[in-house]
Amino acid sequence: MGEVRTHIISALVENRPGVLYSVANMFRRRNFNIDSITVGAVNGDLARMTITIKGDEKTVEQLVKQLRKLIDVVKVSILNPASAVSRELALVKINAPEARIRADVLHYVDIFRGHVVDASPETLIVEITGGPDKIDAFIELMKVFGIKELVRTGIAALSRGSKSIDVAFNTEEGET
Amino acid sequence: MTKMTGARALVESLKRQNVKVIFGIIGGAILPVYDALYDSDIRHILSRHEQCAAHAADGYARASGRPGVCMATSGPGATNLVTGIANAYMDSSPIIAFTGQVSTYSRSSSYAIGKDAFQEADIIGITTPITKFNYQVRSASEIPKIVRSAFYIATSGRPGPVLIDLPKNVQMDTAEMDFSSNIPFRGYKPVTDPHPLQIKRAAEILLSAERLVILAGGGVIISNAFQELLNLAEFLMAPVATTLMGKGCFPENHPLSMGHIGMHGNPAANKMILEADVLLAVGTRFADRSTGRIDTFCKDAKIIHIDIDPAEIGKNLDVDLPIVADAKKALSAIYAALSEKVSKPKENSEWFKKVKEAKETYEGFFSNNNGDLKPKILLKELRQLLPEDAIVTTEVGQNQMWAALHFKAIKPRTFITSGGLGTMGFGFPAALGAKVACPDRIVVDVAGDGSFLMNEQELACSVEENIPVTVIVLNNSVLGMVAQWQRLFYNRRYIAVKLGRVPDMVKLAEAYGARGIRVHSIEEFRKAVKEAVNSDVTTVIDVPISPDEDVLPMVPPERGLNEMLIG
Ligand SMILES: Cc1ncc(C[n+]2csc(CCOP(=O)(O)OP(=O)(O)O)c2C)c(N)n1
Repeated sequence: MGEVRTHIISALVENRPGVLYSVANMFRRRNFNIDSITVGAVNGDLARMTITIKGDEKTVEQLVKQLRKLIDVVKVSILNPASAVSRELALVKINAPEARIRADVLHYVDIFRGHVVDASPETLIVEITGGPDKIDAFIELMKVFGIKELVRTGIAALSRGSKSIDVAFNTEEGET
Repeated sequence: MTKMTGARALVESLKRQNVKVIFGIIGGAILPVYDALYDSDIRHILSRHEQCAAHAADGYARASGRPGVCMATSGPGATNLVTGIANAYMDSSPIIAFTGQVSTYSRSSSYAIGKDAFQEADIIGITTPITKFNYQVRSASEIPKIVRSAFYIATSGRPGPVLIDLPKNVQMDTAEMDFSSNIPFRGYKPVTDPHPLQIKRAAEILLSAERLVILAGGGVIISNAFQELLNLAEFLMAPVATTLMGKGCFPENHPLSMGHIGMHGNPAANKMILEADVLLAVGTRFADRSTGRIDTFCKDAKIIHIDIDPAEIGKNLDVDLPIVADAKKALSAIYAALSEKVSKPKENSEWFKKVKEAKETYEGFFSNNNGDLKPKILLKELRQLLPEDAIVTTEVGQNQMWAALHFKAIKPRTFITSGGLGTMGFGFPAALGAKVACPDRIVVDVAGDGSFLMNEQELACSVEENIPVTVIVLNNSVLGMVAQWQRLFYNRRYIAVKLGRVPDMVKLAEAYGARGIRVHSIEEFRKAVKEAVNSDVTTVIDVPISPDEDVLPMVPPERGLNEMLIG
């Protein structure tokens, strides 16, 4: 077994009913443990999935091959964390019944470049975007005040620079 | 462009794919398609269980190399196909399954997808992990291009089953149909040409080998690469072992043939493959039943692995040189590269002598000892009785392993067995499918009593549809293979393996209008086989054998091929 670390995989898939099911089904059937998966239509009939998985090189290589084998998967690439941008969005509902606490929370929101997107007498909802580490750190801090609810989107990622795996926005480049 | 119903467009599409026969069972949700079949000259064969429709389509495909087609209604019809589809998936067999489905919507009732309508089953959800691709047609006009795509996907690259789910309203709707539209899959481009550099490296490794073994799997049969394999093996004087699925891809009466490796492999093959310094593996996925303990399998050999499915490279075994390509193309490219480098085929080497010795050492293991109705004798005898092009299918269990060990396959596509899924009840319906594909050839199912009873009802289909095959039931009144495991590994604590009073096979056959013959001696066996294979009705030959017989050799589960129990 090689070194286990987090890998980010980007896949362009046909935007058809059942695609997410077939991808998720394959992960389960082949015994892959996925950390997160995000998916959204990007280009009419294509959708892009970002998949993060902890594993060694061999596991990831096998996962990519199994992904490519699915008929509805058009392109797959492994993103190198050093040369990829990855972002995640979290919405955090925080207990903040007192002015003093609110002030503290707002202070941190500012440091983390988040936004307050909802407020009630008892709570604030904060929107925060960034790499997963930043979001982890913010959540850790907010625990002190009490988190009532939390949602994270999972990671969306693209490689930096002009490289592209897109088939429709771009002419194909070597990467597949 | 022509206007017609979805059902008619389906039948028209099948004709364009040159489909001659469909195995299936009708029902309400697929009625419009059957009604359209009424006017076509496609032959419909009424199976007596949908599982068998799928197995028959599978047998048809394996015997002929052309895709097999099966059909079922929604709900239970569709779910009954599942075992047959899973079986085809595991053995990379190209079948196309059509299922009826409740309507996508209904204005007037709740007979619609998602409403738990009568006989609704989510067959797309159910078959996603056991099909190469599946598709629920959402509008009638999609049918022509979906059918085209389905046949293309099922038969190209690494073949496999494709399922098309047909909601009833889609079958009935009328639309403009375009039969020439293109395949809409951007994500599917199987690689078939080997990389020239890899071929060059393969040739170098092969020439440097001192103890080369070729391991040939089912992929060689699928890609029709027998001649290329034979050329290469003879050029290199390399012994050829096969997997169970590869049986028949190299003539087993050839001096270089080692038989098949595996849990119940040929002892010489199991022994010698571990001594190889170079292994050329082609069209095999290094299945656990073939390799035994993977960490002891050819661990010091340089391994070249040819497979058309990139995901097979490194999945079960790390190899030194992967070649992603069609087996036929890769083998002929390697041959060409070799003959450029060396003008003369390899001489009779030390290695070849050793291989020959190993085969001789185990000769006694295969030879006759007395006149009993011992399975190995029956199967050797069967080989003598059948022409080389006769097709043998097997059920699963001891019968299958005896057949693999003692019935020598000489031609490709003449040994048809459920290798990956190990499905009891496969052999008989597969035999019917093979016979439909090859009506002029003899087809024999080597069966165990337990397996045969799982799909014995297809006797009705074989009689009614005039598909005469021979079934040889090695009748030990136990679920023999499992009994063997209990004998060897569970201290003879026999549970759930005694079949007790097995139905009288002769009467059973006769009840269906087939023929039954019971034999008690090898002479009677010979006579019965000769009669059966020339009969125009299906014949069941009942051969009582001892329930205590083991299939040997056996590599115990989780052990290496070097840990064979020989007996
Ligand atoms: C559908 C199915 N159910 C169960 C098994 C497990 N199994 C493997 S071999 C075997 C016994 C087969 O008995 P029989 O057909 O009589 O053949 P024999 O081994 O006696 O030759 C069983 C139950 C299986 N392979 N397939």
